[in-house]
Amino acid sequence: MKDILKDLDKAFENKVRLGIMSALVVNDYVDFNTLKDLLDVTDGNLASHLKSLEKSSYINFKKEFHGRKPNTRYHATETGKRAFRKHINAIERLLN
Amino acid sequence: MKEKYIEDLQDIKDIMNRSSRFISLSGLSGIVAGIIALAGAYLAYSTVYSGQDYMGYRHVEITSATLTQLLLIAIGTLVLALAAGIYFTTRKTKKLNQKVWDHQTRRLVVNLAIPLVAGGVFCLMMLFKGYIGLVAPLTLIFYGMALVNASKYTLNEIRSLGMIEICLGLVATQFIGYGLLWWSLGFGVLHIVYGAIMHFKYKA
Repeated sequence: MKDILKDLDKAFENKVRLGIMSALVVNDYVDFNTLKDLLDVTDGNLASHLKSLEKSSYINFKKEFHGRKPNTRYHATETGKRAFRKHINAIERLLN
Repeated sequence: MKEKYIEDLQDIKDIMNRSSRFISLSGLSGIVAGIIALAGAYLAYSTVYSGQDYMGYRHVEITSATLTQLLLIAIGTLVLALAAGIYFTTRKTKKLNQKVWDHQTRRLVVNLAIPLVAGGVFCLMMLFKGYIGLVAPLTLIFYGMALVNASKYTLNEIRSLGMIEICLGLVATQFIGYGLLWWSLGFGVLHIVYGAIMHFKYKA
């Protein structure tokens, strides 16, 4: 039980961060606005959670321009994917 | 605490599905496309066998005039079926508050189109080279492969629909004279059956 709890990742305790990771692990990339619609959150809220995941180097981004409009594409890093898998495994073990 | 994690898993699954698959495919569009296909097949049937005695021996005579007519029927059926599909799916997308044309739909359409366009061009070549009998089975096979390919990006049912279409096409190669019948089965009846299943499974 103790090491199950250790495997649960603090970064994914928050619903928005969990949602961001869920979307990023099944897609090559997701852009900012799509994430916003998908999770139904405000710009500021989403940006702060993205920043915190970025700090843990779970996600990375690429800025692109569509004409003049900036468009940021986010993708999960290998570290992020591994951490997410570990987190889900821990949840599953906890529920069994 | 357990409830929180059960809910988390539910959320994860939901977001994964919504972010990677186009889930607003309408069952109604399948039903209507199937009916249009059956009507098209009937028109084609009466064109090919026009003026022949039902009781006697029937042979298919395809002149360049009937060939043009058949192509027109085929194009008409395709356009109408596509229009119905787009109409009902757009309607459902709006109901579910999703975007009609975004990254997901684009990916779905592109992956559907690759085998479909290749197959369509190939069938036209076969038609002009005179292998008319193979066209019906080939359209079924290519359509099935297109569905299997696109199924990764939409509802799961599309994959098994694609596999059945491929099997029908392969079996149809052994019954060349009955091309239209297999075609009605694959594009008409199967679409209606799958459309009905999906309509009731994913109500709305």
